[in-house]
Amino acid sequence: MSTRTIQGQKNLQDITTGSKDGIGGSPLRPDGTLKVKGEFAYSSDMWHEDMLWGMALRSPHPRANILSVDISEALRTPGVYAVLTHEDIPGTKFYGLEIQDQPALAIDKVRYHGEAIALVAADHPETARRAVKKIKVEYEVLTPITTEEQALNPEVHGYVHEPHEYKSHGSGNICHSQRLVFGQGVTDEVKALADVVVKGEYEVGMQDQAFLGPESGLAVPAEDGGIDLYVATQWLHVDRQQMAPVLGLPEEKVRLTLAGVGGAFGGREDLSMQIHASLLAQRTGKPVKIVYARDESFFGHVHRHPAKMSYEHGATRDGKLVYSDVRLVLDGGAYASASPAVVGNAASLGNGPYNIPNVRMEAIALYTNNPSCGAMRGFGAVQACFGYETQMDRLAAELGMDPVELRQLNAMSEGDRLPTGQQIDSPAPVAELLRRVKDMPLPPPLDLANLDIRELPGALSNTSHGEGIVRGIGYSVGIKNVGFSEGFDDYSTARVRLEVIGGEPVAMVHTAMAEVGQGGITVHAQIARTELGVEQVTIHPANTEVGSAGSTSASRQTYMTGGAVKLAAEAVKQALIEKGRKRYGWTQTDLDLVGGKVVSAAQGSLVSMVDLLGDEAIDLTREHHHRPTEAFDKVTGQGFGHVQYTFCANRAVVDVDVELGLVKVVELTAAQDVGKALNPLSVVGQIQGGCTQALGLAVMEEIIVKDGKVRNASFTDYLIPTILDVPPIPVDVLELPDPNAPYGLRGVGEAPTVSATPSIVAAIRQATGIALNRIPVRPEHITGTL
Amino acid sequence: MRVTFTANGKPVEADDVWEGESLLYVLRERVGLPGSKNACEQGECGSCTVYLDGTPVCSCLVAAGQVQDREVRTVEGLTEESGELGLVQQSFIDAGAVQCGFCTPGLLVQTDALLERSPQPSDTDIREALSGNLCRCTGYEKIMDAVRLASARKCQKAGAAE
Ligand code: FES
Ligand code: FES
Repeated sequence: MSTRTIQGQKNLQDITTGSKDGIGGSPLRPDGTLKVKGEFAYSSDMWHEDMLWGMALRSPHPRANILSVDISEALRTPGVYAVLTHEDIPGTKFYGLEIQDQPALAIDKVRYHGEAIALVAADHPETARRAVKKIKVEYEVLTPITTEEQALNPEVHGYVHEPHEYKSHGSGNICHSQRLVFGQGVTDEVKALADVVVKGEYEVGMQDQAFLGPESGLAVPAEDGGIDLYVATQWLHVDRQQMAPVLGLPEEKVRLTLAGVGGAFGGREDLSMQIHASLLAQRTGKPVKIVYARDESFFGHVHRHPAKMSYEHGATRDGKLVYSDVRLVLDGGAYASASPAVVGNAASLGNGPYNIPNVRMEAIALYTNNPSCGAMRGFGAVQACFGYETQMDRLAAELGMDPVELRQLNAMSEGDRLPTGQQIDSPAPVAELLRRVKDMPLPPPLDLANLDIRELPGALSNTSHGEGIVRGIGYSVGIKNVGFSEGFDDYSTARVRLEVIGGEPVAMVHTAMAEVGQGGITVHAQIARTELGVEQVTIHPANTEVGSAGSTSASRQTYMTGGAVKLAAEAVKQALIEKGRKRYGWTQTDLDLVGGKVVSAAQGSLVSMVDLLGDEAIDLTREHHHRPTEAFDKVTGQGFGHVQYTFCANRAVVDVDVELGLVKVVELTAAQDVGKALNPLSVVGQIQGGCTQALGLAVMEEIIVKDGKVRNASFTDYLIPTILDVPPIPVDVLELPDPNAPYGLRGVGEAPTVSATPSIVAAIRQATGIALNRIPVRPEHITGTL
Repeated sequence: MRVTFTANGKPVEADDVWEGESLLYVLRERVGLPGSKNACEQGECGSCTVYLDGTPVCSCLVAAGQVQDREVRTVEGLTEESGELGLVQQSFIDAGAVQCGFCTPGLLVQTDALLERSPQPSDTDIREALSGNLCRCTGYEKIMDAVRLASARKCQKAGAAE
């Protein structure tokens, strides 16, 4: 590799930082300096002398039969090194996270707008782009299956996947379904117990992760016939597991190293360019880089499931919930991706953090010819939260109760049972979190006389001087699970090494955890410092040379990989103390490592770690598994399905221009129980970021799909919140330890994205009096000009 | 074509530049300055912001040929000659404003430019100035903190120099 590559790959080398901060402190990010200098090498910065650029041809149709593909003209283009179709795939042609239903390149049909059909490798991205245009595909265009009604009537509209194609999926165009019955379910008897009934139909649009760093990476053919891939992903090992069979290689010949990741939010759980770049590198024998343009990024990853939901709640006159009857339909699009797990979450969490004695629930994910949907921050819990929280507000209005009081009255707490029958065996401070957001001071009221009009809805466009502006306040609370559920053996691996370097004890931490920006590597260094009493910690780049860390998703990495680092560090500590016992004959039982020394609580310092270690290194690897969970019963949905729960409450204050339908969120408050804040600065940053994505879903973010076609695959047309759209987000962090988790911590990242959306919509509703049963709320919903 | 310009005070030249290439592409792929980021290449996200003759621009919207004989300063040029971090860079780290960091180079250049013309901006001024730079991770609160911190440090430094 050239000097430029080595310069560009600083983050693929060890990063060492020194600090006194262990857990509970907020040391600076070890990768921060590289990032502010512009030297941190993201996956799109990978560079290799003599590398080629890869690009895919994508389908303009959501549903079509492919009659022929002619690559001859593309192949003749000067500067083009290879053009590949599915016929060139050396191994199996399908992959998938849970169901292997997705072809690496389309075979005889395309099932969604943007599906990859052929690949080009060329010497310049523009050459590749032009060659892609020269590939001729003959299609027989078919009417796409895009609605629930069409998907559930396959005899009329056909199948997205022919029934014989995949044994593992549900019937018809149902990808996965989960039912749940709790208490007596919903019977006439149960219904008779309710004095008040509230029914509603709700809709959630398709949200995109919209991480800033485009899907990208560099595949380098290795001398042993294998592939070295430098890539931005959320789970190195599961990428490899899906890639190897398609490349026709044993797993050990597919080596992945994490390149810098520019955000993920679930959008990097599925494969994107990994197989494509590797196939091109295999064929050409040269390094191949693929960097998605923004439109290709919208086509190349799965999105948040759009949902249609119907909720019915019955309650007594004094506000106690009696039953709920729920149906959730999630549009999974063309391929399964994570849909089965999303359905499990939606069904089990879809009644919110409330005690409801009788529940009937059905959640399904459909196969359609819409874009594929899978993991996005909040994972199935987000859509449902909009449904049940809107219901709570409507019920409160119906009963003439305060909406926060109604929620508190029904709030679950430790010892209560979820509708899955699982008893909550750690703190669940739902009512307390609501009290906290309610008690936080409100922003000053609108003062039209002394106002900077840039702070009004419409902001810089100068659309109002205060006329037609109404303020509203709304509340919400949500529940999210942490870690992988339903019997999945979720684990992570960490290797910790302790040695003397430059006269100081230094700990090295090596895991395969994808650092996607969340700050996991900062926390790993803190854990190593706490357990080993050292200041210097080296973080080794994440790669497949160490065991799997599982996915950076489901709010699980601090719990799981943090837990693995803790176990490995504890093992190293015990080994070091043992070494001292052997050498010095210590008999004390109160030994610990503090400040670079072995200390006895009673006798103080015994020996420095430097002297004890000498030139020997202690290097140990440990796996951390969380306690086992179990699958939900297919029919009743009962089971100990989730390992941990996390709760967040929000209050939103909004100003609405009722004439133009413009919304300005003035303040968004959050209170969350994090168990133990390992790094308070990062925890607050995660909560604020999570709230911001929820704000996006509430008022602006939606992939517009019409007849299966994506209409806004760009940052011009798909809007994500700017610094003008996002208000101050005061955060109140509660720390009630979970006795089952390392350090008592709780996963943090997703809960605010689940809970914050409904509070904003509730505030708009309070300001305008309009029902607003669909998100994102658009100006025309407010002005009634739809 | 050949394009010659100054990047962070040093003369650079790029050969065989295709006329459709952007300044961003030339910086990232031809002259070894990958600090400016490519997130939309449509002028919407601000990740690629650089100074062109002292004015912040989206380098993805500037055709390479347009920079002939001009001066470009990128995020790499915010670091002091000594290798020490610039004041805005250090403030972003200290405030916890860097998560994935993909938006950071663009925000640093834009913030640097803001504080050059207005050393003590109001919150609304900051929001207005940074409204062309998307960040998907932080929720912007810590970015506000970082800019306020940089402003305070800059004023303190100016005060000390007087
Ligand atoms: S990459 Fe230039 S503005 Fe987005
Ligand atoms: S820190 Fe990730 S986009 Fe801003």
